Amino acid sequence: MRSDAQNSRRPRTEHWVAPLAETPLQEVDAVDTTGTPRSLWAEAGRSLVRNPVFVISALLILFVLFVAAFPQVFTSQDPGFGDLGRANQPPGPEHPFGTSRQGYDIMARTFWGARTSVIIGFFAMIGSTLIGGTIGALAGYIGGWFDEVISRVTDIFFAVPMILGAIVVATRVGEMSMWTVIVVLSIFGWTNVARIMRGAVISTKSQDYVTSSVALGAGSGTVLLKHVIPNAIAPVIVTATVNLGVFIVAEATLSFLGVGLPTSAVSWGGDISDARDALRTQPSMLFYPSVALAITVLSFIMLGDAVRDALDPKARKR
Amino acid sequence: MTTTSVNPTPSASPAGSAQPLLEIKDLEITFTTSNGPVKGVRSANLEVYPRETVAIVGESGSGKSTTAMAIAHLLAENGSITGGQILFEGRDITHVSEKEIRVLRGDQVGLVPQDPMSNLNPMWKVGAQIRETLAANGIAKGAEARKRTVQLLEEAGLSDAERRAEQFPHEFSGGMKQRALIAMGLAARPKLLVADEPTSALDVTVQQQILDHLDHLTGELGVAVLLITHDLGLAAERARHLVVMYKGQVVESGPALQLLQDPQHPYTKRLISAAPSLASRRLVSSSQRAEIREQAQENAPVHAEDRLTSPVPVSDTMAPEFGYAEPDTDAVIEVQSLTKSFPIRGKVPWRSTPFLAVDDVSFALRRGTTTAIVGESGSGKSTVAQMVLKLLEPTSGRVLFEGEDVADLRGGRLKALRRRVQPIFQNPYGTLDPMYSIFRTIEEPMRLHGIGDPKSREAKVRDLLDKVALPAAMMRRYPNELSGGQRQRVAIARALALDPEVVICDEAVSALDVLVQAQVLELLNDLQAELGLSYLFITHDLAVVRQIADHTLVMEKGKVVEQGTTDDVFHAPQQDYTKRLLAAIPGGSIPLAGSETIDVEAPEGLADETGGEGDGGPDDIIDPFAQAGHV
Repeated sequence: MRSDAQNSRRPRTEHWVAPLAETPLQEVDAVDTTGTPRSLWAEAGRSLVRNPVFVISALLILFVLFVAAFPQVFTSQDPGFGDLGRANQPPGPEHPFGTSRQGYDIMARTFWGARTSVIIGFFAMIGSTLIGGTIGALAGYIGGWFDEVISRVTDIFFAVPMILGAIVVATRVGEMSMWTVIVVLSIFGWTNVARIMRGAVISTKSQDYVTSSVALGAGSGTVLLKHVIPNAIAPVIVTATVNLGVFIVAEATLSFLGVGLPTSAVSWGGDISDARDALRTQPSMLFYPSVALAITVLSFIMLGDAVRDALDPKARKR
Repeated sequence: MTTTSVNPTPSASPAGSAQPLLEIKDLEITFTTSNGPVKGVRSANLEVYPRETVAIVGESGSGKSTTAMAIAHLLAENGSITGGQILFEGRDITHVSEKEIRVLRGDQVGLVPQDPMSNLNPMWKVGAQIRETLAANGIAKGAEARKRTVQLLEEAGLSDAERRAEQFPHEFSGGMKQRALIAMGLAARPKLLVADEPTSALDVTVQQQILDHLDHLTGELGVAVLLITHDLGLAAERARHLVVMYKGQVVESGPALQLLQDPQHPYTKRLISAAPSLASRRLVSSSQRAEIREQAQENAPVHAEDRLTSPVPVSDTMAPEFGYAEPDTDAVIEVQSLTKSFPIRGKVPWRSTPFLAVDDVSFALRRGTTTAIVGESGSGKSTVAQMVLKLLEPTSGRVLFEGEDVADLRGGRLKALRRRVQPIFQNPYGTLDPMYSIFRTIEEPMRLHGIGDPKSREAKVRDLLDKVALPAAMMRRYPNELSGGQRQRVAIARALALDPEVVICDEAVSALDVLVQAQVLELLNDLQAELGLSYLFITHDLAVVRQIADHTLVMEKGKVVEQGTTDDVFHAPQQDYTKRLLAAIPGGSIPLAGSETIDVEAPEGLADETGGEGDGGPDDIIDPFAQAGHV
């Protein structure tokens, strides 16, 4: 923009135009009608399938679910049948994983234990997600003093460690059934879901499409259910998946401590607890239930990670 | 345009043998993506001579920034130079080592980045960040650097530089941040300054100040500038040589004025005809077919007539000193003494001071016309729009919709208002629910209001998509598959689903590339003629106002400083602020040879897309501004 005299003394191709053949003009903002329509969920699914972590964890989870549904396919033994006459047997042809101190067949207990863990983990996940999701969504959407109050209540629950809370309840209730454990875990495990849901709802509700919907005449309930929650749900799904693993661990911990399920129930935590003393003499007694627990929990946490990668909003800007 | 004007004589004297400072030869840049290698830039050629300003102009995705970044080896991780050469002072720097290029950066090639908001570290004082640059280039340390920093900030046009150097970025306005970044870019006295959209995020008046200052400064220091911009008008005004890029290729380059007046490549022609800052008056509706006109008159006979015969009367609806004016019968929306104050935190936490975001704003929007509210950031223009939409309650004053105060509307009657007044928002990426298919998005308003059955709704969606020039096949797609312009067209279709009377466009085209912007503006214009819509158009861009509005309000700091017909505001601005705004439109002073034809004829590509018939002969709709001539 300067008109200094020295500027003008320079050799240069004056006015150059690219050959049109090499630079064809395209339509302004051409519409791409090739390919099939892809929703965000479809895209997420596509990237999940390509992720080896997802494939491995999904296969493991399918296997665990199958075991939980049909444990008798893998073992013909009754997990509840204890015969002291065959106690402390090492792995052998009749009892491939050996037997426990009570004369239980460890293989049967390991396979049947999956059912307890999966049921508790699954329902505690559902319960905590419903409680946390509802509370978080309302707090984030309504805001103001309501949010203040709810957030402080969440903080109080958050401050109580889940296991500690469950122990306290267990000492009051005495022996817990499977459903009591589910309720207790849900009551003490919803806080992280609530926090994540609240944050996601707050960031979603300021989006233009939400304002558009209000301006179109939609009521607040409609807006929350139809626009805000569907767009805020992704991080909650991730948390819930990871939580499922956490709840399975929590159940095992409670049973290990002896405050969870009754000793008559088939649970990995209880079996691990029983096997403690035999660690040196018969490690297989501890090994099998521990491995089963580790694989199950790990696969849910890996699944959560893979889902997070697929749903990460930053990874899919457009 | 005080310190700038276009050099009237395009230099054509290849007298000297000066060596180019920067020479890019057949540059090819390839990005590796999950879909295989993609060529971001192909066979790009350009030269920058010492002390000269060259601008690369192009839309987003044209490869202009990629080319510039390649000079300092600042390409994204997955990008690499796969062909051609970059010569700096005759030396090939295409594949030199990281160590060598680091010597070059800052010292020889300075960089002014695009977004002043994110390019300063918020944790560091501004002065410290400049001192870092000085130290990194081995120029000065300690007290010496401190002194130099203050000098540099002063040089970049920051007053009170000593105090400013000790402040944090959040205490700076956008323009001040950009000045600090310019100081940083020039700290080591480079020979070449690469300025990547240095002012795109700033208000026009600030933009002008900063570019003027940059011109002045680089002129004094003898620094060559490579300016990257999407704005052809700005480029032509600031640079003597232009390089136009399109889809990764240089399509045309040459002296600024020559390129503008005698463009050769069809893309350049298209770009020039679409540039809002260069176009000079209201778009003549390109729907010249008689049937459309007939339809428009059928639909809204009163409105159409009103619009076609008489120019809009000059503002006679200013609110009187006391009380409210009689409701204007012709106005579909009337705003009277509208005021909004927000409490902001004062010096002590329990005492808040009111901040007047909107201060006594009155105007009327007549049927079938467009009223534009123009202003820079913080002028309160969007707050007005929100109050008109009843998304925000006014502190005082009232909004009348067909003579009825919208504040009194509740329940069903509010829902009825929502049906008749529709918004279109700025951010094309935020305006559509990513979870909804296009069909569901456009159908939503009809479902909400219980209109029609699934079958008739689908027919309506098809019809609406057709109106906004999108194929019906589009409706099974999702927003993430659409470009920004296409999303904005879907948003328009959704806004029209309920056959509203008023559409409030809040910066509806600001985020779009110029060609797409022109296309959407034309669409809005056509729809207005066809459906008799009234638009309230909120924008910061005066050039756009000129293309779309009949009536203009200029706002500054919450107050209306000037209002009148667009023609009056542009030709005879009364207020200094308006004059300043007008003067700041980049490229406004550039004489375009044959601009007459450019204005009247819709460019081929555009006309096809908007459904007009390209060459329909002179428009016999009497547009109030058609005879106004050019600014």
